[in-house]
Amino acid sequence: MRNDAGRTEERLIDIVNGWIAREAPLLPILNEVQASFGYMPENAAAVIGRELNLSRAEVHGVISFYHDFRKEPAGRHVLKVCRAEACQSVGGREMAEHLKRLLGLDWHETAADGSVTLEPVYCLGLCACAPAAMLDGEMIGRIDEQVAAEIVREVRT
Amino acid sequence: MSITVWVPADSAARSVGADRVAQRIAEVAAARGQAITIRRNGSRGLFWLEPLVEVETAEGRIGYGPVKPADVEGLFDAGFLNGGAHGLCIGRPEAHPFLARQTRLTFERCGIIDPVDLDGYRAHGGLAGLERAVAMPAAEIVKEVTESGLRGRGGAGFPTGIKWKTVLDAEGPQKYIVCNADEGDSGTFADRMIMEGDPFVLIEGMAIAGLATGATKGYVYTRSEYPDAARVMSRAIEVARAAGVLGHSVLGSGHAFDMEVRIGAGAYVCGEETSLLNSMEGKRAVVRAKPPLPALKGFLGRPTVVNNVISLASVPVIMARGAAFYRDFGMGRSRGTIPIQIAGNVRHGGLFETAFGLTLGEIVEEIGGGTLTGRPVKAVQVGGPLGAYFPPSLFSTPFDYEAFAAKDGLVGHAGVVVFDDTADMLEQARFAFEFCAVESCGKCTPCRIGAVRGAETIDRIARGIEPEKNRAVVADLCQTMKFGSLCALGGFTPYPVMSAMTHFSEDFSRPPVREAAE
Repeated sequence: MRNDAGRTEERLIDIVNGWIAREAPLLPILNEVQASFGYMPENAAAVIGRELNLSRAEVHGVISFYHDFRKEPAGRHVLKVCRAEACQSVGGREMAEHLKRLLGLDWHETAADGSVTLEPVYCLGLCACAPAAMLDGEMIGRIDEQVAAEIVREVRT
Repeated sequence: MSITVWVPADSAARSVGADRVAQRIAEVAAARGQAITIRRNGSRGLFWLEPLVEVETAEGRIGYGPVKPADVEGLFDAGFLNGGAHGLCIGRPEAHPFLARQTRLTFERCGIIDPVDLDGYRAHGGLAGLERAVAMPAAEIVKEVTESGLRGRGGAGFPTGIKWKTVLDAEGPQKYIVCNADEGDSGTFADRMIMEGDPFVLIEGMAIAGLATGATKGYVYTRSEYPDAARVMSRAIEVARAAGVLGHSVLGSGHAFDMEVRIGAGAYVCGEETSLLNSMEGKRAVVRAKPPLPALKGFLGRPTVVNNVISLASVPVIMARGAAFYRDFGMGRSRGTIPIQIAGNVRHGGLFETAFGLTLGEIVEEIGGGTLTGRPVKAVQVGGPLGAYFPPSLFSTPFDYEAFAAKDGLVGHAGVVVFDDTADMLEQARFAFEFCAVESCGKCTPCRIGAVRGAETIDRIARGIEPEKNRAVVADLCQTMKFGSLCALGGFTPYPVMSAMTHFSEDFSRPPVREAAE
């Protein structure tokens, strides 16, 4: 019987093989690993590096550069709230504080029950429908107190 | 006969309920035994009216917006399927003042067609530019684009034709067209709208760029914050490939060009072209020093055109209607049209494509209709998070690369974010530093460390600690960042900071806070 690390390695190699024939495959591989596992497994840098003939340090350096790659799994829901200027101009700062209070979380924190992770994001391109957020990849614009309450209800269920 | 109802699938429209509205329309139509076909378009760019539902009638399309699911029964009661009167009716969208005042060239079809319907694209004038280009020698295409006066719409304003010529003349086993779709500037959404609303125009522009330079492979590099854009773009590429618009023989010309979408992983700095290239190559997305120019040593060290979405999406109309047609719009050295994105605290936020030359005041007050809150405008940030804050006293500045530069600002990617008089400009200056600190790639010390020190110094000013001395420190720091950073992130962060301090000095004179005594 294979252990967890062995199964993880097998999945990582499968992902690498899906891209290896393409030009410059590392970034799409890392994106797919993040999407598939929900985080970067501990052995990801070593396994991917070995398959692509890169050093573990090189792959680790790339992983650590980007905001999207997590060391640990996120909550069941991920709420990304926009902090950028267009949202600020229509009360985005206050709305972000309001959501933080309702969720009892600060930026980058995950609820103790694992229900939701709160992340800042800098622009979702919804700048004429601000303030905006993204919940599990779905866009939410014109957030007011009612919409905020709906978001909180949804992540708690 | 089945009536066609259009409901936008643009992500901004979806963010305010377009999917629920489409579903509700389908339900009510079914319950009433009414035969309808719901089609999904991009957005027209009148975002305060989204979701903007349009019905095809004998008099043309009639628009209703903003529609909520709860409005749908009432719309059916009012006979909206025949263009019936209703409080949400805006009449023919083309006749709406916000659209009627525009000159839509790049966005000609956006919000009108089904984004992945190639026949619809062709029926609305699409592919005419590429059809002309396949019959021309590469150098002639480059000449046409050069003569159009098109400059990079990403923000730098570099002449597109000159960049293409450098790549055409470069030797290399493989050349590339890389579309910079890493639209991270707050207040901008033009790239997103094109990718979601008319992706074929970008594909056509990239294929023309390929023919013009000898590049046979293209990449669209977009952000992970734009999942809808990536999905629609990828689908459109498949459709174009199946129809022979892309592939080993573009439109049967014998010239090969194919392309794919690559997605970033959350790093604002990737909008800088050399950092984007490193990111695409699977490296840490740190900025590269120039030279060598990406045109000579770009993706994988090979000759590469790196152009913004709007630059490339403007090429088809230039090729279809000629350089002179395009060049005749605009002012000074800013030729053609620019899609201005009006956002933030504004009544009529949206996309306004027009010739260069409108004043900032016209854009904010006349077209944007002033603030959403109804309070006086205090500041307008133009050009994203690295753009300057303009006070109303500079509203006479015309929208033009050189005119904005002369006022210590920049047009950038043409985002305009409006703030009312409740804005605290010290907070805005602090945020500019904070953002730079979060997103710095770390290569240049003035950017990596200066941004952190800048935010700390602003905090001291906020607490009334030696304000005069600390303002001088900020100014000095900005000077160092401006001249000591390789790219615009560190180099332009001084724009919002210095403009806030210069034009809104009252926000930077705070009384000392008691507990702040040192």
